[in-house]
Amino acid sequence: MRRAVPFAAALMLIANAAVAQETTGPQPWAMPGEETVDPYTVSDANAGTGPITDPKVFAAFNGREGVARIVATTLDLAYADARIGPIFKPFERARVERTLTEHFCYVLGGGCAYTGRDMNASHKDMGVKAADMGRLVELLQIAMDKEGVPFAMQNRFLAKLAPMKRDVIQKK
Amino acid sequence: MNTFTKKVLAAALAVSLGLLAGPALAQDFDTGGKLLLTGGVSTIEGAGGGGLATWATTTGYATEDGIGANVHATYVSLPDFEFRTAGVAVGLFDRVEISLARQEFDTGATGAKLGLGKGFTFTQDVVGVKVVIVGDAVYDQDRWLPQIAIGAQYKTNDQGAIVAAIGGKDDSGVDYYVAATKVLLDRSLVVNGTVRMTRANQTGLLGFGGPNEDGYTPQFEGSVAWLATKRLAFGAEYRTKPENLGFAGEDDWADIFVAYAFNKHLSVTAAYVDLGDIATFKDQRGFYISLQAGF
Repeated sequence: MRRAVPFAAALMLIANAAVAQETTGPQPWAMPGEETVDPYTVSDANAGTGPITDPKVFAAFNGREGVARIVATTLDLAYADARIGPIFKPFERARVERTLTEHFCYVLGGGCAYTGRDMNASHKDMGVKAADMGRLVELLQIAMDKEGVPFAMQNRFLAKLAPMKRDVIQKK
Repeated sequence: MNTFTKKVLAAALAVSLGLLAGPALAQDFDTGGKLLLTGGVSTIEGAGGGGLATWATTTGYATEDGIGANVHATYVSLPDFEFRTAGVAVGLFDRVEISLARQEFDTGATGAKLGLGKGFTFTQDVVGVKVVIVGDAVYDQDRWLPQIAIGAQYKTNDQGAIVAAIGGKDDSGVDYYVAATKVLLDRSLVVNGTVRMTRANQTGLLGFGGPNEDGYTPQFEGSVAWLATKRLAFGAEYRTKPENLGFAGEDDWADIFVAYAFNKHLSVTAAYVDLGDIATFKDQRGFYISLQAGF
């Protein structure tokens, strides 16, 4: 065990170096392979709500892998949807998928950092209507059903997202 | 819904609703948009809500940008009576609801025992309007404030002579109510409380006012529903009623129900209702079935 201590210290140094490199590397508004947006202040507060503290909810979503699958399915459906497809299509999927996955993971209490913009800024000039948000929720419900998330757990998540309607719905 | 249907509907509504909806209908309107079951079902008085209790939600599936409408038919089989209601309701921009219902209280064989004649039927028309004042029952999940609506229901009964003979003061009347509805999404529950100012005897089927009380009294309607799945809800309701008439007692009403939405165009509600004593006949408990179709 005694030998493990310097080994752990060395690992931590490497980890710290990686973190330091990351902060000088690509910024969340200009990630490689993603559409670039105007710079913004990165903060978990941009998620618009705090995380769910009950670990049962994140477990019901099958953790990070489950969340990634749910986001992928939701976006597959959204980009192809007759009603809300036209709202999504102007935006390249890579950035939408990464930030949405972070957002869901953060809100579900999965311990992810959210590095996207706040709800107001990220929905600006999209002209999202109440029925569009309703449609996205329906597609998300389909994705959560596919992942096997129990309805009551789905609703605990939707309860956190619902008040974001006030920032998401914006007249063009 | 196709554009032609929308235009026909827009034209019909613009004519019938005039100033109220006219300016908004100059533009194309939206339909649908609410989540399954959150449009509620149709009450026996035609308003959007549960079965016996009126809610603060507007009927149909339209959001703030759209128009929703539905028709419903309800049948209640009781030991000594039969009750039927059918109606149409329109929800405008998730703000205003207008409803029209015709109720038939059929005394069947009991009519002869009451001296009214076999199959004697009280028919009542109910015209309702509801306006949402504040709140969003579904989306305001970070606030305790419920969705609150005020409403009025004008009721007119076609059996004025019989109503007078049993001690009813009027054969028509207006109920006024305030309803508060909240979806507690993190618990998958819908909770509603309504206070109704009314003079109605058996909701007006036996007229308005009487020897015991002729004025308005506040009555309560409460509902709790558990959303089991997107399509399926189980619930219970309670509704207090005045006791204005002298010839017979009037009891509070209660029910347990299950509502199922096949899709946003068709739902069915089944309930076991306890309507207590009606016109001296005891323990009127029975089955309630209601179909609603619309958008």
